[in-house]
Amino acid sequence: MKTSDTHSEGDADSGRLVVMSSRVRLARNLSGTPFPGWAKKADRQKSLESMKAVVRILPEMAGALARSMDEFTALEKQLLVERHLISREHAAKTVGSGVVISESEVISVMINEEDHLRMQALMPGFCLREVWQVINRVDSELEEHLNYAYSSKLGYLTACPTNVGTGMRASAMLHLPALVVAEQINQVIQAVNKLGLAVRGLYGEGTEASGNLFQVSNQTTLGEREEDLMERLTKVILQIIEHEKNARQALMEKRPQMIYDQVGRAYGILGNACVQSSKEAMNLLSMLRLGLDLDLLQGLDHKSIDDMFLLTQPAHLQKHVNQKLTAEQRDVMRASLLRDMLKDVGRPKTMLPSPPESTEPGREDQPDAA
Amino acid sequence: MLCDFCKENEATVHFSQVVGDKVSKIDICEACAKAKGFTDPGNISMLGDVLGEFGAGQVTPESEGLRCPVCGFTQANFKKQGRLGCGTCYETFEAGLKPLLKAMHKGERHVGKTPQKAVTSQESSEHLKQLEKELSRAIKDERFEQAAQLRDEIRALQAKANPSTLV
Repeated sequence: MKTSDTHSEGDADSGRLVVMSSRVRLARNLSGTPFPGWAKKADRQKSLESMKAVVRILPEMAGALARSMDEFTALEKQLLVERHLISREHAAKTVGSGVVISESEVISVMINEEDHLRMQALMPGFCLREVWQVINRVDSELEEHLNYAYSSKLGYLTACPTNVGTGMRASAMLHLPALVVAEQINQVIQAVNKLGLAVRGLYGEGTEASGNLFQVSNQTTLGEREEDLMERLTKVILQIIEHEKNARQALMEKRPQMIYDQVGRAYGILGNACVQSSKEAMNLLSMLRLGLDLDLLQGLDHKSIDDMFLLTQPAHLQKHVNQKLTAEQRDVMRASLLRDMLKDVGRPKTMLPSPPESTEPGREDQPDAA
Repeated sequence: MLCDFCKENEATVHFSQVVGDKVSKIDICEACAKAKGFTDPGNISMLGDVLGEFGAGQVTPESEGLRCPVCGFTQANFKKQGRLGCGTCYETFEAGLKPLLKAMHKGERHVGKTPQKAVTSQESSEHLKQLEKELSRAIKDERFEQAAQLRDEIRALQAKANPSTLV
């Protein structure tokens, strides 16, 4: 048994392995001005220009990308959705809506989405407190220049009553392959839902969970302080991490052959396939990431796998070749890109059939741990 | 107990819906139960519809005619879109929104971050009240010099709170 000290250290470690990214977004509106969904087009254009001007002069926004939504091509918008910098709803907007994205892409402020301002901070890893601090500062700076719609009783007033109060949604993207393989994921989701937290797919509300990626976030915004909510969410996420960790351990003890096999197959297919659908790629990359977490792979790090997740998304692929591709062409391009990205990664460890200690030639070409 | 719908007959049918730890109840008469089409207590989805309709339109006949003075939004717009027109709508449709917010959220009052401007105005209004109290006490005690000082201070604060009067 571990002592409580090493236990919490282990949590932090596996936190980095399980939590892909952390995000906090705040919804804010201007006082005395109709919300974007109810405002006239001319008013939206006017408010966009004035808010954009205020947002881009923030110190955090030096060198930022600031544009109206009609200045993006459809592909560019899709690219921003895949990078989680704008919502799918915002991608459908044109004149009268806009976005300001910091150079580092940590901060993104959507203007005239459902609310006048939807600002977010997003960073890789398990760092809810940090992203909250970043976006809280941005909000406080904006507040000096803008008159927010706020009531002392209901807090920040938002277009949808589900966001009123703090206007905050804090979320973490979790990679939970072992809970999915062990068929425990539904129990976990149900338990989390009972605590008033939502579990969603990769691109938020109404999207499917592919690549064993799940987004956990708060559902309520009124009657709880931001810090208290963050603490509650963090505790729940730590518990999910613990469950995932236990599921991994149990799988490695009870069905190691299956895990080695899955990781080996993922490596084999991703490294050699010539046609690769997005869904299959996501699921195989998930297995590869699990293999990395379990020390079955060398010559690969988490950053490169997370890059593969992102770069093989449809818009990123098209950006890569700088041309529009059909679904079939994308599958070919995706396969080619993945083959290329994996070409220097050594074969994953295999599980030898237990008793005979015969030396296999294949075992000698272990890659350098470069 | 009168029926929640017709408000005329005695309510003999009682329904409760539990969502999380929130309980919504309606009490209706038999005629309305039949008219609303749920005589089968197992018909949960129907019950949800009725409760929803009821929750969103607590003051239905009057609120239908309500219109936000700032943005012109109506209760009917809200039913259709599920979004409000502007910040003032929260005051305009307060009665209808109250049960909705109660069912949706953990609490009914905001306890989180407050914009600095709101803090300042709240503080200054409290400060103002304090000064006014001191002023009346000073007048009562015939400390006129101090009263004059307090009066000037109050005027300065009021001007600050309503900058529009200066412009």
